[in-house]
Amino acid sequence: MTSGTLRGALCAAAAVAALGAGPAFAQDVSACLITKTDTNPFFVKMKEGAQAKSDELGITLKAYAGRIDGDNESQVAAIESCIADGAKGILLVPSDTKAIVESVRKARDAGILVIALDTPLEPIDEADATFATDNFKAGELIGAWARATLGDAAADARIGYMNLNPSQPTVDVLRNQGFMTGFGIDTVDVNIIGDETDPRNVCHDVTNGNEQGGRAAMENCLQKDPTINVVYTINEPAAAGAYAALKSVGREGDVTIVSVDGGCPGVKDVAAGIIGATSQQYPLLMASMGIEAIKKFVDTGEKPARTEGLDFFDTGAVLVTDKPVEGVESIDTKAGLEKCWG
Amino acid sequence: MAEAKAQPSQEFEKVLTGSATEVASFEHDKTFIERLQHMLHSNPALVPLIVLVLSILAFSAILGAKFLNTFTLTLILQQVAITGIVGAAQTLVILTAGIDLSVGAIMVLSSVVMGQFTFRYGLPAPVAVLCGFACGAVCGYINGWLVARMKLPPFIVTLGTWQVFLATNFLYSANETIRSQDIEQQAPILQFFGASIRVGGAVLTYGVIAMILLVLALWYILNHTAWGRHVYAIGDDPDAAELSGVQVNRMLLQVYVISGLICALAGWVLIGRLGSVSPTSGQFANIESITAVVIGGISLFGGRGSILGMIFGALIVGVFSLGLRLIGTDPQWTYLLIGVLIIAAVAIDQWIRKVAG
Repeated sequence: MTSGTLRGALCAAAAVAALGAGPAFAQDVSACLITKTDTNPFFVKMKEGAQAKSDELGITLKAYAGRIDGDNESQVAAIESCIADGAKGILLVPSDTKAIVESVRKARDAGILVIALDTPLEPIDEADATFATDNFKAGELIGAWARATLGDAAADARIGYMNLNPSQPTVDVLRNQGFMTGFGIDTVDVNIIGDETDPRNVCHDVTNGNEQGGRAAMENCLQKDPTINVVYTINEPAAAGAYAALKSVGREGDVTIVSVDGGCPGVKDVAAGIIGATSQQYPLLMASMGIEAIKKFVDTGEKPARTEGLDFFDTGAVLVTDKPVEGVESIDTKAGLEKCWG
Repeated sequence: MAEAKAQPSQEFEKVLTGSATEVASFEHDKTFIERLQHMLHSNPALVPLIVLVLSILAFSAILGAKFLNTFTLTLILQQVAITGIVGAAQTLVILTAGIDLSVGAIMVLSSVVMGQFTFRYGLPAPVAVLCGFACGAVCGYINGWLVARMKLPPFIVTLGTWQVFLATNFLYSANETIRSQDIEQQAPILQFFGASIRVGGAVLTYGVIAMILLVLALWYILNHTAWGRHVYAIGDDPDAAELSGVQVNRMLLQVYVISGLICALAGWVLIGRLGSVSPTSGQFANIESITAVVIGGISLFGGRGSILGMIFGALIVGVFSLGLRLIGTDPQWTYLLIGVLIIAAVAIDQWIRKVAG
């Protein structure tokens, strides 16, 4: 029995290894996609986009992912595999934006084009290019929308912030401070969450970007100040959790919730009036543009350009809402659902 | 007896009148500290209860009415309901000197089964709920079989099945969240435990009530039934238990299956709390439940501790989390303090143990 189990385990291990290795020698040009995890629908969509474009352009794509968000070791191992494999380009969504830099340098020294997707490296110019959502702008859009929606009441709004996690990663800071900027709140230091003095900011809490965290954070904030009437959320699962908490105290009707992401469940929540507005981002576009850039690099040696005024290429963020306001461009949920992911 | 002693009928019984009559007992004249040590030894849930009361008092002193009101206190109950239920499953396993790292994964997988069976296959929601429980039981059975029959260490077994169940969860669900509104319209029974009873400011969700009833029931079973005493006996010394006629393997299997069923219940309660079915939730449920168990004074070496202590442990964590957030500290301080509490709890456990030696 024991030896049978052992044999079974070895077979399984061999199968896993074979899957990981993938079809190796099919074509000349190969590229790697390394995401934070392969469970988040955002990255699933990204992989779809990369795969479709690779098939179209005749590139062999190999996808790698960390086990959980923050898993740097798996990503380092993935980059090493790509170098050994002779890949021409790497599309990387870094989990640890600083720690991965050393491995990225090795890849670039080996002549590989490295493009950071979604999350910039620190410093940003360690990658040949960065294709990402302008998260600050995404925050600004929902901030401006919330301010216009509240009208005169914006002057004495009570705002609760459902942020990502205690270490304040860049995406967390950018969206949060972008929201404040859009809403017209002085951010003091734009690199730090929580140093503001505006009395309209009544609460900051962290959600880990999921429903469970969103619910607990909203409960905590309501304890701090039960009069909260505007809720900023880092993403839509956190918004759904916050909504559940508001509903449990009967406040779901008189609170404006805004969010960022544009996942399909999130856009449906906008359509249902649970979330007032969300900034939609486009993972599929990031990935397909990344593959195109690799193809172009292989053919011509040319590296991708940046969006003017930014140090990365902005793949765009669009406000999705069924209650458009003047001065803030937006699309409705029907259009949003066509472009959503997850 | 007293009469018999007064007039012994047989010659050789006469000596009885001169003998000691008190019941045999250990001697505890000793110092205050030693008496305290003994008291804590006989009431393992006392330490966490004292810490809980002290922490509530401390936060009440700092925050005043903002903290010390029925709404806030019942909110803490709501926030620890999931940990409390999963902790009950964890308690059973740890009492047998095992450990279950897969509890959170079983919980999430069961909740996903309840949701997906309803929405993907169109089963009636109550049937899907039963399927979720079956899923929990099967997961528990796998753990139990590997531990009891294959004689593999529980830590390793559940380290493995944790990954297996979690990966199954992500593969099966494709990480798709089932939205709260869809559940509300089509299968409201999935959200059953989210409903609540309001008494004044107090809000008791059915999930909280389920946790309390579950823990009380398990407390009774563990302390007042043969089955429960066998659980302790196995954790204390499996060989002695075996020799006393306890069917250790069968008991272990039962403990893991029941633990799986309780995790499935936690999965159902989780849907009630979130409104939605989210495959990414509960990622830290195993660590949180072990934390509650340890702070609750239950020995990781098995055979000692009270399930009531686990609930106090979970509540202590809840009180600290909410209290520190209301004060407005960096969330990292919560983790730091909980870490200190864990070490303190184990240190106290070791100290109390010495009374037996």
